[in-house]
Amino acid sequence: MAIIERPTDTPALAGAGAAVVTPSSSYGYFRRPVQTTGWRSWVFTVDHKKIGIMYGVVAMVFFFIGGFEALLIRAQLAQADGTILSADKYNQMFTMHATTMVFLFVMPMAAAFANYMMPLQIGARDVAFPRLNALSLWTFVFGGIFINTSWILGGAADGGWFMYAPNSSVPFSPTNGVDFWTLGLLMTGVASQVGAVNLIVTALNMRAPGMTLMRMPIFTWMALVVQFLLLFAIPVITVALFLLLFQRNFDATFFSVADGADPLLWQHLFWLFGHPEVYILVLPSFGIISEVLPTFSRKPLFGYPFVVFSGAAIGLVGFGVWAHHMFAAGLGPISVAVFSVATMAIAVPTGVKIINWTLTMWGGKLWFSTAMLFAVGLIVQFTIGGLSGVTHAVAPSDTQQTDTYYIVAHFHYVIFGGAVLGLFSGMYYWWPKVFGRMLSEKWGRWNFWLMIIGMNLTFGPMHIIGLQGQPRRMYLWTENRAGEGFFNLGFWNLVSSIGSLILGIGAVLFLVNVWVSRKNPPAPADPWDARSLEWITTNPPKEHNFDRIPTVHALDEFFHRKYEDVGEDGKHDYKKVRTGEEVVEIEEANAEAHIHLPSPSYWPIILSFGMFIICYGVIYSTLLLAAGAAIAILALFGWALEPPTADDSEFEPPSSDGGQPSKELAHV
Amino acid sequence: MSIDNDTHTDTDDVVSQVEHDDLHSHEISDKNYVIIALLLAVLTAMEVAATEISSFPSSLLVPALLLMMAVKFFVVVSYFMHLKHDAALFKFGFYIGLAGAVVLYSVVLTTFHFFVN
Amino acid sequence: MSDTTIEQPATPEPEMEIPAGYDDGQDHIGLPHHTTTGLSNTKLAMWLFLGSECLLFGGLISTYMLYRNRQGDAIGPDQLWDIPFTSATSFILLMSSLTMVLAVSAAKRKDERGTRLWLTVTALLGGLFLAGQVYEFTVFYREGLGYTTSLFSSSFYTLTGFHGVHVAVGIIMLLSLVGMLAKGRVLGDKAETVEMIGLYWHFVDVVWIVIFTLVYLIPA
Repeated sequence: MAIIERPTDTPALAGAGAAVVTPSSSYGYFRRPVQTTGWRSWVFTVDHKKIGIMYGVVAMVFFFIGGFEALLIRAQLAQADGTILSADKYNQMFTMHATTMVFLFVMPMAAAFANYMMPLQIGARDVAFPRLNALSLWTFVFGGIFINTSWILGGAADGGWFMYAPNSSVPFSPTNGVDFWTLGLLMTGVASQVGAVNLIVTALNMRAPGMTLMRMPIFTWMALVVQFLLLFAIPVITVALFLLLFQRNFDATFFSVADGADPLLWQHLFWLFGHPEVYILVLPSFGIISEVLPTFSRKPLFGYPFVVFSGAAIGLVGFGVWAHHMFAAGLGPISVAVFSVATMAIAVPTGVKIINWTLTMWGGKLWFSTAMLFAVGLIVQFTIGGLSGVTHAVAPSDTQQTDTYYIVAHFHYVIFGGAVLGLFSGMYYWWPKVFGRMLSEKWGRWNFWLMIIGMNLTFGPMHIIGLQGQPRRMYLWTENRAGEGFFNLGFWNLVSSIGSLILGIGAVLFLVNVWVSRKNPPAPADPWDARSLEWITTNPPKEHNFDRIPTVHALDEFFHRKYEDVGEDGKHDYKKVRTGEEVVEIEEANAEAHIHLPSPSYWPIILSFGMFIICYGVIYSTLLLAAGAAIAILALFGWALEPPTADDSEFEPPSSDGGQPSKELAHV
Repeated sequence: MSIDNDTHTDTDDVVSQVEHDDLHSHEISDKNYVIIALLLAVLTAMEVAATEISSFPSSLLVPALLLMMAVKFFVVVSYFMHLKHDAALFKFGFYIGLAGAVVLYSVVLTTFHFFVN
Repeated sequence: MSDTTIEQPATPEPEMEIPAGYDDGQDHIGLPHHTTTGLSNTKLAMWLFLGSECLLFGGLISTYMLYRNRQGDAIGPDQLWDIPFTSATSFILLMSSLTMVLAVSAAKRKDERGTRLWLTVTALLGGLFLAGQVYEFTVFYREGLGYTTSLFSSSFYTLTGFHGVHVAVGIIMLLSLVGMLAKGRVLGDKAETVEMIGLYWHFVDVVWIVIFTLVYLIPA
């Protein structure tokens, strides 16, 4: 049996001769946190699984906040001359809806999956830098809270999620809202940047023996590409955010036309980040369904190398198309033509993926679990969104479409139909592994179908009303401009708003499912007969993930441990020789003797809190800024002086009766 | 075997402290580092001198300065930062960022007609 | 009844060498010989971070290049630059890269006194560079170049300011390291820590190599 050593501050409960070892103080006044249960074991944890769960929970909270903001928008537009939101409130609403959904829901939810699953999929015990991982989490949480306190502190940001300057400068956005937005995104940017370095090093350096890059599960591959996108895109928006911050707070004139500035500078800097950002949003979901589809088609992923390389290609080319968001900005015909062609090119690797997913399903023994429904839903919905995207690539037609609801239709089909459906697929797929119980398939179906019907009713009509000329970001529409007959804007706006209600109910059904499933019987370790390493664990995985680090001999290693090829004459014929649960039992029987885990730490959350205070200080008071800086510097030094794993003297020695896992000794 | 506790400078001991990712045969001695630093100083002096020569037309001066700047840049990265003799993965991580920055921002400046003078 | 030993499926042998003692209970996580690529986690992380910093400084440099001629009637670069002075501070920063590399070399030799000496000298040279920046900016300010005077001034101060902050952070790290060395408190592989700070420091130096040429030397 494995002896798991971790620091503790309780005397040994059993075991003759086991010496009581009290932890030495970490530098300064704080002892290293040692609790393994209770809220402290969550707040100070560096365990990637706990961090992943917290990312996911907070992301879901923001999903419903952003969703509520959307419902308010749709309520305002459900009828002519809407009175639910004033123009000013409407501006804040669509700004915060988008900011929340993009930065506080999709990105952190993808981070939740990457954090939880990547180490498991590569056969590691944690990420490369566990405390940095915790820092990413808490910086995101504090950043998200910070941005949203703007609602009650004078008004939220109102310049759109792309915050074009000079509209976002003080004369046009006089409240502190834009500053809350800027500083909050600087914080979440730190979270993403740090996480990117962490996960890249993890994927490259911490793979199990035998896991070459081309044996890595596809989700890990897509997550790796996403981290590279983040690594190089976040610094660009960081520059933009600082320039805007200095413009607003120190009267710099970076975007003041009267002083000779060029507003396009903001647009370039923002979209240099903003376009890779959309691939950051959707690639994790592509990775998720690339796991789900093979499992529920009982077939390996078709064209694994093609899916890998097309993912990398999307990432690379994704950096070269940003100005297609600026076709109507006056770039000139040469720039427009170049970016138009580049944008068409990026449809190719995406199409490769769609083909590979479809061919994965072709000839397979399809099992339409809820996870599979969401995965197939992604293929269909994202393709629709991709088709409208192709029409945007053609610059002349984009000139008509830009700033209309046609664009809104496009990006909701690709983001909601792509990224979000994929995230839901992942939740249904991995729920038994993470929480130990299955989600109800019955409720799952309702969840899925209401969301699909809802999203198509909401965003489908937007193609029509957009081409009919309804502009984006207009807080109301009027009867006399609504047109007649089939294209009456009023009718379609109403349909869209009703659709959003259905969508909202569908989303809530997910929460209902979580609630009613909480007392389901424990799920088996391998409920779906899956293919990759993360399933060779208990439900939920033990803290150290694997009793024995698996040695990998092939792609879909887990599948090959369950199935033996008994085919003749070069034909494949796979016969199941053991269940997934039996594979787990074999690993438990061969558990490694000593397993060290990285130790919990106070410093990540304290450093995040320091940044949080600094941000308020920038807006309100230099004293507060200094206080936040002091906390942050203290945390940095404490962190630097603290060893990543607690000193040997802080560990309970193995008990002398040998064999008892010291887990029992470590309970507080 | 005698164990000498003083600090050594002979090659074997230097090599034994070096991490696995350094190619042992390419260890740069302190003396070589000083020479490289002198080279950098000379290049800097040449750069400054070039700007003083008023007869230099701008179309020659700017490329010359950029060239000298690039040489200094890559000398520091390759030798002081040891990237020349380090693992390919480190080169990949850094140069992708560098190349990306140069290409992307050059395109941005091009759209601003920056290079058309 | 399940086997207690796994039957290996008939698939090809793994192509990569399985490191011996993959998990021998010692805390080797991240040290070169226990990672998949054989490279240190920290070093890989640092190079990735420096790659991303190219995009940060690239953005600031591009902003400056775009706005360098937009000073209206206010004072411009030609009237401001004191090339001999800036050459001197640039030279100082360049030499600090030399002393940094000597510090790393000393650390690898386990020459603790040498390490502390060269780290301190590097920090001093960095401080001298920053002092030169402060002096230079004070002169500019007195000559009429405030932060908000013009687009040129804002971009200039922002770019050099960001660089200066990076230098300052580097100096703090160098001095902290000297302090930790003096108290015997550096954890893990000491030489690697020095090397990591060295990589950061050299990067800050190469950014200045670029700034010095693009901002000061290339005629506006």
